[in-house]
Amino acid sequence: MLKVNNLEVNYGPVAAVKGISFEVQKGELVTIIGANGAGKSSTLNAIMGLVAMTAGEIELSGQSLAEISVEKRACMGLAFSPEGRRVFNSLSVIDNLRAGGMTLSSSKSIERMDVMLEQFPDLRERAHQDAGTLSGGEQQMLAIARALMIDPSCLILDEPSLGLAPKIVSQVFKLIDDLRRSGVTILLVEQNVKKSLAIADRAYVMELGCIVQSGSAQELIHDKEIRDRYLGVVD
Amino acid sequence: MEAFLQFLVSVLNLGSIYALLALGLVVVFGLLGFLNFAHGDLMTLFGYALFFMLGWDMPFVLAAVLAIVFAGLCAIAMERIAFRPLRGRSPMTLLITSFAISGALHVLFQVLISPRSKPIQIPELLSGYITFGEVYISRAQIFTVVIAVVSLLLLNLFLSRSRLGIALRASADDFDIARTMGIQSNRVIALAFFLSGILAGVAALLWISQRGAVFPALGLTPMIKALIAAIIGGLSNPKGALYGGFLLGALEATLLNVLPNEYVVFRDAAVLLLLVVFLVFRPNGIIASNPEPMR
Repeated sequence: MLKVNNLEVNYGPVAAVKGISFEVQKGELVTIIGANGAGKSSTLNAIMGLVAMTAGEIELSGQSLAEISVEKRACMGLAFSPEGRRVFNSLSVIDNLRAGGMTLSSSKSIERMDVMLEQFPDLRERAHQDAGTLSGGEQQMLAIARALMIDPSCLILDEPSLGLAPKIVSQVFKLIDDLRRSGVTILLVEQNVKKSLAIADRAYVMELGCIVQSGSAQELIHDKEIRDRYLGVVD
Repeated sequence: MEAFLQFLVSVLNLGSIYALLALGLVVVFGLLGFLNFAHGDLMTLFGYALFFMLGWDMPFVLAAVLAIVFAGLCAIAMERIAFRPLRGRSPMTLLITSFAISGALHVLFQVLISPRSKPIQIPELLSGYITFGEVYISRAQIFTVVIAVVSLLLLNLFLSRSRLGIALRASADDFDIARTMGIQSNRVIALAFFLSGILAGVAALLWISQRGAVFPALGLTPMIKALIAAIIGGLSNPKGALYGGFLLGALEATLLNVLPNEYVVFRDAAVLLLLVVFLVFRPNGIIASNPEPMR
């Protein structure tokens, strides 16, 4: 489904991502974990085309994304829920969803909006409220619903639990788990290692722009080094 | 009561023109983060288009509509020729470019058309006054208020209901994220310039209908007022342009009513003082929801 080969991202002289390779199979939930500054978000931004890759190859369903514009990637089924939610604050919930379905026909967009409001009842209650006035958790739900508008072939989530209350974090992870069970292919970047490993199929660990470890989520969650470093558990 | 009615019409008259122009500035600022100083020259382009089309014996309404569309197309051309090659550069570069465009257009108007005013025949319907008891209100002022209100309602309808309008607002809110949703950046920016041109054209129609002439620097004064209105209202939100426009209109109308004749010359100084007050105490304007536009 999504294949990344030897991806490098530089910001001027600073190398943020140093030749990483990974893939996400159809229907899988793959998580990339790591500390701040590991290069996780840069990797996602490169996949979305928001930052230029210095070297490497990104393929979606066998097609190279090298020459594909940011806008066209959405048409190919790539959907993005960015770090910090970044909902359109001055637009209502409904208009945020409409913006998310901009590549769809009008009738399809309305149909998907109904599905989203069915799936996210909290958003239905606030359908005409400006997104900027929603709580953090509601904004996160909206950011995910907005990304789901196109019924994506691959959903990319960047730090969906960032800055949320623990109870809301659990709700967000339950939602992601439900999406995985319904067959959505997901690439999840998270700092909440415990919760993301609990729902993921496979995981990659990034440090200083490199992938230092990978394996099934179950393997990694029991790995001593991971437990020491990221879960704060001492055996 | 009569005096209040006259005052109200003056406020609506001045305020709606400033609001229309300020909206045009804000629509572009929301996407690209710079104030297009050549915005006023779109008014002048409208004026000359109207002048020439009326010279070809075209009916006034048809000529006005075509000239408004012409102003919109000129705005698109401005973006395509001058601003698009500089996409991604700092807002300061774009601002200075807009000064250059404005200067070049002034010279072109002077050399190719005339440095002097060209009269524009305003239809009978817009000349003269309507009386309400003791109150005399010029037909051109009523025309201004009606056209401005209709234009603002149509603009609001377009921005809030149409897919293109939502794409434009989403892009102004967060340009990069809007792109990840498949919203075409070039198309949205061209649309923003077209809208700003249309708004400048409508404002020019209202401005000229009360003055009956076009000259190379026609757009300069209203452009500066619109700039002040946009800054006072807040550049981050179209509502700010409306508030700023009408606040400026109210201030000018009040000063005209209150100041003795010999002090009316200080009206512009008072307006600039208001700008200074806002820049010191509320630099992001009345509405400051997103003072750092995404580019």
